[in-house]
Amino acid sequence: MSGHDLIIVGAGIVGAACADYATMQGMRIAIVEPGVVGGGATAAAMGHLVAMDDDPAELALAHYSLGLWEAFANLPQAEFSRCGTLWVASNDEEFARIPEKIARLAASGVAAERVDARELYRLEPSLAPGLAGGMRVANEAVVFPPAVARHWVDRAITRGATYHADAVFRLDDRGVLLHGGQRLHGPVLLATGGALPSLLPGLPVRLRKGHLVITDRYPGVIRHQLLELGYADSAHGGDAASVAFNVQPRPTGQILIGSSREYDAVDTGVSMEMIRRMLERSFHFLPRLRELDAIRLWTGFRPVSVDGLPYLGRAPGRDDVWVAAAHEGLGVTTSLGSARVVVDQILGRAPAIDPTPYDPSRVQP
Amino acid sequence: MVDACDIVVVGAGPAGLAAAEAAASHGKRVVLIDSQPRAGGQVWRHDALHGQPRVAMDAIRAAAGNANVTYLEGTQVVAVEPERLLLQDARRGFHLAYGALVLATGARELLLPFPGWTLPGVTGAGGLQALAKQGWPLRGKRVLIAGSGPLLFAAAATAQRHGAHVVGIHEQAGASAVHRFAAGLWRWPGKLAQAARLRLELARVPYRTGSIVTTAEGDHGVSGAHVRGGQGDERIECDLLAVGYGLLPQVELAQLLGCALEPEGAHARVQVGPWQATSQPRVFAAGEACGIGGIDCARVEGHIAGLAAAGAAVPRALVQRRDRARAFAASLRQHFALRDDVRGLANDDTTICRCEDVSLGAVRTHTDAREAKLATRCGMGACQGRICGGALAELGHGPRGGMRPPLFPTRLATLGEPVLSSVSDTRGYTP
Amino acid sequence: MKMSTVRLTINGLRVHVPAGISVATAIALVGQPFRHSVTGEPRAPLCGMGVCFECRVRIDGVAQQRACQRVVNPGMRVETDG
Repeated sequence: MSGHDLIIVGAGIVGAACADYATMQGMRIAIVEPGVVGGGATAAAMGHLVAMDDDPAELALAHYSLGLWEAFANLPQAEFSRCGTLWVASNDEEFARIPEKIARLAASGVAAERVDARELYRLEPSLAPGLAGGMRVANEAVVFPPAVARHWVDRAITRGATYHADAVFRLDDRGVLLHGGQRLHGPVLLATGGALPSLLPGLPVRLRKGHLVITDRYPGVIRHQLLELGYADSAHGGDAASVAFNVQPRPTGQILIGSSREYDAVDTGVSMEMIRRMLERSFHFLPRLRELDAIRLWTGFRPVSVDGLPYLGRAPGRDDVWVAAAHEGLGVTTSLGSARVVVDQILGRAPAIDPTPYDPSRVQP
Repeated sequence: MVDACDIVVVGAGPAGLAAAEAAASHGKRVVLIDSQPRAGGQVWRHDALHGQPRVAMDAIRAAAGNANVTYLEGTQVVAVEPERLLLQDARRGFHLAYGALVLATGARELLLPFPGWTLPGVTGAGGLQALAKQGWPLRGKRVLIAGSGPLLFAAAATAQRHGAHVVGIHEQAGASAVHRFAAGLWRWPGKLAQAARLRLELARVPYRTGSIVTTAEGDHGVSGAHVRGGQGDERIECDLLAVGYGLLPQVELAQLLGCALEPEGAHARVQVGPWQATSQPRVFAAGEACGIGGIDCARVEGHIAGLAAAGAAVPRALVQRRDRARAFAASLRQHFALRDDVRGLANDDTTICRCEDVSLGAVRTHTDAREAKLATRCGMGACQGRICGGALAELGHGPRGGMRPPLFPTRLATLGEPVLSSVSDTRGYTP
Repeated sequence: MKMSTVRLTINGLRVHVPAGISVATAIALVGQPFRHSVTGEPRAPLCGMGVCFECRVRIDGVAQQRACQRVVNPGMRVETDG
C-alpha cells in the first residue's frame, strides 16, 4: 500500500485551507475528519476578515492572509462581503490613540483612516450619540466560514485527496491509525484546533468560550463590521470573562452580535447571563438593536496557545508530525496564510513570511 | 426581584387550562401563559364570528378566572434558566421563577411540501381553520381541503360556517382504513357523535379517500390543484387550498429543559410517567406534547399533571380515563398512517425551507442534517426549522437536532434587559 | 359579538376593519399582499398559529412581527413588503 505525501487531520477552516494549498502543490493527501466539514469553531465563528495591530507577528500573518483571501471575493458560497471594519472610539483618549494604530497597520501594509465624529455618524447613523470618532479599515470583509471550508475540501478532493470520515485512534511516527481500523501512512499535519492536546499533549491549548447572537433580517441598520476600540482589552486581557461590542452586517441583512470571552468554561450551553452582558454592551453603542428579534444564540470555543499566536510548524521533537492549530479568534482570517506557512515548510521551501514566531518549538516541555 | 409562583403552566389549551384549574384548586399560586392573544389553544380557538363553544368558555373561566391563577395572554417562553423562565409579551421581557412547571405546549400541523405549496392561498388544514376563526375572508370562496385525519372535517366545517364553498375533502388514507376507523368509533361515543354531527353538516361536500393533492397552481395565488386518486388525476379549481397531514407534538420547550423525548413516528414527543412527570424534576407535561391524543386526552392529562405538580393525590379514575383516551389516539394513528406517496410529492425544485428558500434538491445531496444546514441555510430562518424540520423528518432525512434558545425569535431587549417585575402589575383575567 | 370597528393603516391605506380580528386577517380583508420571500416569491399565511412566520409584517415601525398573533388595535400602522 502506497503512503500519502501528507495526512491532514481536521477539516475546519485551517485544515481545509491546508488541504487546498497542499493539493495545489501536487501533494497526494488524505483528509481525516470525524465530524462535519467546518462544523467546529469554524461554524461558530463570526467570519470577520480582520487585521489586529496589537502583535506584529499576528499582524504579519493576518496581512499575508488577507491578500490571499482576495482570490475568493467572488466565490458565491463564501458570501464574501466587503463591508469594511469601523473601530469606534468611545472617548477622546481612544480617539487620540488612533494615529498610532494606523501607523502600526500601515507598517504591515494595511490601509486604515481616522474618521471624526461627524463622519462616523454619516457612515453609521444608528450609533449612539456621544462617540468620539473611529478608525475605518475599508478593505476588510466578512465571509461564511463553513461554506468556504467545504469548498476547499471539495477542491482538494477533485485534485485527488482522499477523505476519511473517521477519527484518529493513534498517532505515531509512520502515520495514523483510525478508529475504524484503517492505517494511513505518511507525514501528519494536525489541524485539530482545540482538540490538539488529545493527540499532542506537549502543546497546550486553552479553550476560550464565546457567545454569538444572530438577528432576523434587518437590512441597512448597520453597514460596517463595528467594534469598540476597547475590544483588544477584552480580546487580550486575562480576565476570566469579558464582553466587547462587536457586531457585523451579514449579506442577508441579518446582524451578528458578539462578543464574549470566557476561559475554562467547559459546557457548550448558552449562558443567558453572558448573553445579557454582551447585549448590554451592544445596546450601549447601538441602541436600535433593542427592538430587533434574535433568531439564534450559540457558543463556540476559541483554541488559545501559550502566547496567543498559532502553532504553525513541526511538532516539538517529532520528525513527521506538523501542526497548524490554536488560532484563537483569528483562524478564519489567518487560515490561508497559516496553510502556506506550514505546507511550504513541509515542502522544504521558505515561507513568504518569517515563520519563527509561530514555531511550536517555542513551547518548552 | 424576580416574580415567582408555585406553578407555571405553559399553554392555555385544554390541557393547560385543566392543569391550571387543578393546581389552583389545591391552593397553589399558578401563572398560566399562552402565546396566542386569547385562551383556548388551537382546538378551542376563539372565533371572531362565532365566539367559543360553551365547554371552552367554562374551562377558561374555571382556570383563568380562578383567584389563584394569573393568566398572561400573548406571552411566550423564550429561554430557560435555572429555576426560572424568560418570557416576553408584546411589550417587554421578564423572568418568572417557579416551583414546578407544566408543559401543555400542544401541537402544530405536519405540513409536507409539494409543488406549489408556497403559493399564497395554500395553507394548512388547521391553518385554514385558525385563519377562518381570526376572521379571514372566506365568503363565496372555493376551498379545497386535503391531507389526512379528522382535522380535515373540522377545518371544512369551520370554513363552511364562515361562508366558504368547500369543493371537496380529500383524505390520503384509503377507504378501508377510514371505514375501519369509523367502525371502531362506537368505543368512544363522544367522538362518534361529533363525527356524525360534522358529517351531517358537511353532507353536500364530496369526501374522497385515497386521494392526494399533488400540485398547486396559480400565478400570484393558488387557482387550482391537481388531485390524484382512485379515478386518476384531475384538476380542481379553487381559491384556497388547505392541506394538512395531521399533527406534531411541540416539544421544543421540553427539549430546552432537558426532558427526555421518545419517538412518535418520525417525530418526537415528551416522555412522561403515569402521573405526567417528565424526566426532569418538577417538570410535568400534558396533552399533545406527549403524543397526539386529542382533546379528551389533553383535558384528563392536564388534570393529572396539575394535581401532580401541586403535590396532590391523583385519583385512579383519572389515570383510567387517560389510558382510554390514549387508546383513541392509537387508533387514529393506525388508521390514518401516511401512505408512502405523500412523502414523494416534492421534487428537487420544490422549496423545502420557506424562510430561506432552500429547495429539496439542495438539501437532498447532504447526508447529515447539520451539514445540510451549514451548506444551504435550510432551517436557519425565523421559524427555526419548525416547518422544514418536521417535513424533512417525515421525508426520512433524519430528525432535527437539539434545541437552542431562544425558543422563538425574541426581541434583543428581552434577552439583554429583561424588566425586573411584570406579573404583579399584569391585569388579571376578566370574564 | 360587538360589531365595532377599528381604524388602522395598512401599507399607508386608512382602513376600517371589525374589532377583534387578527392583523393577518385585516391585511387579507383589504386585499393587500403579504411578504416576499428571500428570493422574491409572494407568500401569505400558512399555519395561522404563529409557527411558520410567513405572515411577518412591520407593526408600528417594528419589523418581523407575526400578523396572525396580533389583534388589530386602533391607530396601528401595518406595513407588508408585498
